[in-house]
Amino acid sequence: MVGIEGSYNDKVVRQFAVMTVVWGVVGMLVGVIIAAQLYWPGLDFDVPWLSYGRLRPLHTNAVIFAFGGSALFATSLYTVQRTCHVRLLSDKLASFVFWGWQLVIVAAAITLPMGLTQGKEYAELEWPIDILITIVWVAYAVLFFGTIAKRKVKHIYVANWFYGAYIITIALLHVVNNLAMPAGWFKSYSVYSGAVDAMVQWWYGHNAVGFFLTTAFLGMMYYFVPKQAGRPIYSYRLSIVHFWALIAVYMWAGPHHLQYTALPDWAQSLGMVFSLVLLAPSWGGAINGILTLSGVWYKLRTDPILKFLVVSLSFYMMSTFEGPMMSIKTVNSLSHYTDWGIGHVHSGAIGWVAMISIGSIYAMLPRVLGLSKMYSTRLIDTHFWLHTVGVVVYIASMWIAGVTQGLMWRATDPETGTLVYSFVEALNATKPYYLFRLGGGLIVLSGMFVMGWNVFKTFRLAEASTAPLAVMPPDAADARA
Amino acid sequence: MTSGWTWYVVALAVLNLIGCAWLLKGNTRRGPNDPKPDETGHVWDGDITEYNKPLPKWWINLFYLTIAFAGGYLVWYGVGSLKGYGHWSSKSEWAMESAAEDARIDDTLKLYAGKPIDVLAKDPAAVSMGRAIFINRCAACHGSSGHGATGFPDLTDDIWHWGGTPSRILETIQDGRHAVMPSWATTLTAQGGATAVDDTIAYVLSLSRPGQPQDAVERGGKLFTGICSACHGPQGKGNQMMGAPDLTDSYWLYGSSQASLHKTLNEGRQGAMPAWKPVLGDIRTRLVGAYVWTLSPHKEPPPAGAVIAE
Repeated sequence: MVGIEGSYNDKVVRQFAVMTVVWGVVGMLVGVIIAAQLYWPGLDFDVPWLSYGRLRPLHTNAVIFAFGGSALFATSLYTVQRTCHVRLLSDKLASFVFWGWQLVIVAAAITLPMGLTQGKEYAELEWPIDILITIVWVAYAVLFFGTIAKRKVKHIYVANWFYGAYIITIALLHVVNNLAMPAGWFKSYSVYSGAVDAMVQWWYGHNAVGFFLTTAFLGMMYYFVPKQAGRPIYSYRLSIVHFWALIAVYMWAGPHHLQYTALPDWAQSLGMVFSLVLLAPSWGGAINGILTLSGVWYKLRTDPILKFLVVSLSFYMMSTFEGPMMSIKTVNSLSHYTDWGIGHVHSGAIGWVAMISIGSIYAMLPRVLGLSKMYSTRLIDTHFWLHTVGVVVYIASMWIAGVTQGLMWRATDPETGTLVYSFVEALNATKPYYLFRLGGGLIVLSGMFVMGWNVFKTFRLAEASTAPLAVMPPDAADARA
Repeated sequence: MTSGWTWYVVALAVLNLIGCAWLLKGNTRRGPNDPKPDETGHVWDGDITEYNKPLPKWWINLFYLTIAFAGGYLVWYGVGSLKGYGHWSSKSEWAMESAAEDARIDDTLKLYAGKPIDVLAKDPAAVSMGRAIFINRCAACHGSSGHGATGFPDLTDDIWHWGGTPSRILETIQDGRHAVMPSWATTLTAQGGATAVDDTIAYVLSLSRPGQPQDAVERGGKLFTGICSACHGPQGKGNQMMGAPDLTDSYWLYGSSQASLHKTLNEGRQGAMPAWKPVLGDIRTRLVGAYVWTLSPHKEPPPAGAVIAE
């Protein structure tokens, strides 16, 4: 029997892991609904809170902050305990972070369909919710860094650098971008105006991608890939270079969301060149993950969890190559405002973010339930194939739709200088691909239901054994006095 | 932008780029005290360890290449108030390109200068250009096939509220139109009592749809003659000089439901067609006119008894 202090706090990990699956299903379901609305516009039934404009931010918030966020809380709080060889700083704080974050999500799910929004993409939530997020986030930072501070090993493992950078930066981004003057409980005005407001918004917006959806999930990768592969990380030096370069350079990339706008030319130039510099640091993480598998590639034949992790890294490489290319002004003039952007963000979101999260949850959940593996490995494999096929169908249809739109919008009659196509003609040309996109989304969603079943059955298996796991003593050579 | 801020941005950008290069250079070669490539020093969570293998060469080169490109690009295109060596600005690029394009396009367009739209309508090239302009500029209101919508006239029939001659249509396109139907409910009720609006509607409907209640039509007819005929004419045939529609045909710009007709009489209507000459110029508006001319059959003469605009 181990005392509380001698065991890991896996309760909060289990809670967040379950909510990852729940919010994953909910968020992707809303995504499927709005994809269907784009094909059959009548599906809002003239009900305001079912309208596309309100459900779309609900979808993005649900998948990024509810699904992705819960996955990050679960894995970061698991990883920090395992790699620091201590229990979390405080059980009460952990509990507060869990319930606080769920409250944020519920508040979002109520206010967004009501049409209450700041009108800033990925920062739609109104100021009272923003304050709640800030409080929960500070509690999370104290919990995470407090646990690092009382660690039993000398060196801080690389996964924790990434989680740490993400926690600090998201706090900064969230507070600065949401500075606003309240005008009542449900309405506020940004303190910025005009091009400055746009610049602050996309400095936030792109770094939400950079730190929430990239840096943090690299932290997840750095724990679960070597753990699942049973191999050492490929290169410590590579992790140093790409970590510092990544967090320094990402900060500059925001203006590439505002190419050919009222933003000054030079700010657009900076956004573009730093996006290109970002290519190598982004790939550094993928290289370190994929080369960690050298010598154990055969494991992919039998381990669908490893398949999730490796394919997620492939999507990561693909979208971090695509991103810098799309930031080049000439390419951007074709790709921006089209469905290519939607394809890009989903190769990052359901390719990279969702697959690394799903793989990590499958790897982690049995361990926090005192089991050796999930209820069914076969169902993990089924989920893997459903998810992969769904993502590919989704991305391919959006690429075709996006490039078609870009080419049709810019087609000009060389003799008169007038546009060849009207907006509606381009819309008609892309309509079939909206149906394919819906199909891809449905396949991904069906995979999430398979996961839900597998997780449910795994919990049923574990009902007997809920004894807390003893903290593993650190390696003698690494132990801190 | 002040030079202080410019140098602040320049300093940050340079520091960041040089910092990346320094970081890369410092870690390309293994230091004397660093662990060997296959050595796994520390252990976390029982079995997590790290090699210290060299960075891939192609990756190092890719990184240097992007840093060099970034530096070169910023020097060429400029930062803040510092002009780049290329003297480029989006404004000057746009001005140069559009001047060249305009000159070339003017060459094509001058063939059509000053020609009436019914003449241009016989030239397939002119009509095709006109269609391209129409679908991008006019289709938003008149529909991509020109059939119009509630409040926006159908261009494929023979009904022309402001006149259907080539010169009147061109005038409509170039200078725009503003139709004003005032709110008449108060005046009507003052003259004809509580049922006045219903009576007037009954009379107006009877002009194209016989079988309206006779007494209402009679009362409404008197009101119509006293008030509405000033614009719509004594027989309700309309007046193209002021865009007052013919009320005897089957076409209803705002619909013929009781609700819509009540709204028209109670609140009035403001039909606005923007002036396109300032946007498109003289020749392009003629090309649009040529396309619009082809949409209509031009078979039915304007109604007898209407005020016709030539």
